[in-house]
Amino acid sequence: MKTASPFLELDNEPRVNVVFDGNALSLPEGANLAAALMAAGVNVFRHTPVSGAPRGPFCMMGACFDCLVEIDGTTKQACMTVVTDGLEITRAHRDGALT
Amino acid sequence: MTRSDLVVVGAGPAGMAAAAQAAELGLSVTVLDEQACAGGQIYRDVDRVVPLRGDILGADYVHGTTLTAALRRAAISHVTGAVVWAIEDAFRISYTREGRGVQIEADRILLATGALERSMPLPGWTLPGVMTAGAGQILLKQSGVLARNAVLVGSGPLLYLIAAQMLRAGTPPKAMIETQSRGDLIGATRHIGGALRGASYLVKGLRMLASIIRAGVPRHTGVTDIAVEGTDKAEAVTFQSGRRSHRITCDTVFLHHGVVPNTQAARSLGVTHSWNTAQQCFVPQLDDWGQSDRAGVFIAGDGAGIGGAKAAEHAGTLAALQIACEAGRLSREERDRRAAAPRAGLAHELAARPFLDAAYPPYAPALLPDDSTPICRCEEVTAGDIRSYAKLGCIGPNQTKAFGRAGMGPCQGRYCGLSVTALLADATGRTPDETGYYRIRPPLKPVTLGELAGMNITAPDTAEKEKAHD
Repeated sequence: MKTASPFLELDNEPRVNVVFDGNALSLPEGANLAAALMAAGVNVFRHTPVSGAPRGPFCMMGACFDCLVEIDGTTKQACMTVVTDGLEITRAHRDGALT
Repeated sequence: MTRSDLVVVGAGPAGMAAAAQAAELGLSVTVLDEQACAGGQIYRDVDRVVPLRGDILGADYVHGTTLTAALRRAAISHVTGAVVWAIEDAFRISYTREGRGVQIEADRILLATGALERSMPLPGWTLPGVMTAGAGQILLKQSGVLARNAVLVGSGPLLYLIAAQMLRAGTPPKAMIETQSRGDLIGATRHIGGALRGASYLVKGLRMLASIIRAGVPRHTGVTDIAVEGTDKAEAVTFQSGRRSHRITCDTVFLHHGVVPNTQAARSLGVTHSWNTAQQCFVPQLDDWGQSDRAGVFIAGDGAGIGGAKAAEHAGTLAALQIACEAGRLSREERDRRAAAPRAGLAHELAARPFLDAAYPPYAPALLPDDSTPICRCEEVTAGDIRSYAKLGCIGPNQTKAFGRAGMGPCQGRYCGLSVTALLADATGRTPDETGYYRIRPPLKPVTLGELAGMNITAPDTAEKEKAHD
């Protein structure tokens, strides 16, 4: 689901394959997952459990918990996670159901 | 369980300088830091990144390599990827690393937990694409990721720094939407003496501003009525400048109107905090060495009050000297002799601060937002909700939790705490000190059961029994 990215990437690291919400993405290995997803054109990382509002990364330093994603059944902060080959990332939705 | 003379929480400038100084004086030191590389947010990933884009980030960033080098040289155990979630007794520190809980003991602790961006609640600020200016800097530093179509909103020197860096990287911001007014600048001139003593800051600031103007980046100052528009993501920023309404389309919005101390760990230890009117935030009560009113708990750097990276470095050194003195590694005379240079350095670094605080005050409408604006991002509690709780008799932030869960989400009040205090104080006519702040308890960050189950502890009674069987 390569969409037009609002971001420019300066570095040119080797890429690995990950899956985000069912879509294959090619991200720089060892990169910050939140930064890599945004650079790949992902805006909405999750929907809030309270109102279902869309959210994406906000602080990039592990403090705000807005960039939460699910990896292997565990909720993680994308900005505190490193891109590795084969990551399967799920976007949590309001009702808790995963797509 | 391992034990250190000193455990430092945070590997930014204060933590790195303190660790190096304490280790040099013979103390065993463990530094716990959440990130994979030393540097804190200001020098994030500095060792790896300087060869890649030190030119874009500038000399002040490159300076961080001197601190990381000192951290490597000295006999310091630097534990990376360590998320501290409890500091108890005197002192047992619990943290998570690589999915397992770990505990370490220390005689003394230094909290060098730095700053958080001051929350800037305005309509649309929770939309994807709206981030803190600090987040924008982290994206550039750590990841080499630059927003192509961004506007910078708010006030303060950091806004000019990130704009200058974006210019050097070839992706200038689409516009600067600045909230400080001419009146703020005129009011700040009463601090001009300090500003002149700290003139290097002003010169740097003016140079950055000149480069922004030269590049033709549109600047709007004294703006009001700022809102972010969009459905699934930020699409435009609207605002008033003078009598004119503006609308600027964009993909990314970087917000900034100052930074505030990250006080979570200090508050969890019961350190007394008081309101600092000039900086519009709570700061821990400390003596000249960074010693708090809790024995053995020291605080240095922006977590002790905003002073910037160089000030943090000096404060870290000063705290380490006192820690070594208390530990019997340094006479009082020797402590004072060694303290002279960092104390003078600290005074120099802080000289321009009152001028900057007055010239770039927080955006007032984001301190007391409109009723419909969410102030607690996690639980989606609005400013109007807080006001309605006040009408029902809620006078303190801890009560707001019972009324509507403000501050009870995963960020644990880091981004709504000061907003809740300000809104309640405004509604009740009491001061921020009287109104108070959230009570912060461990765990300071979420911990999973698996992380607890994997913990490296042996219960004392089990250890005794094992010994008896030997």
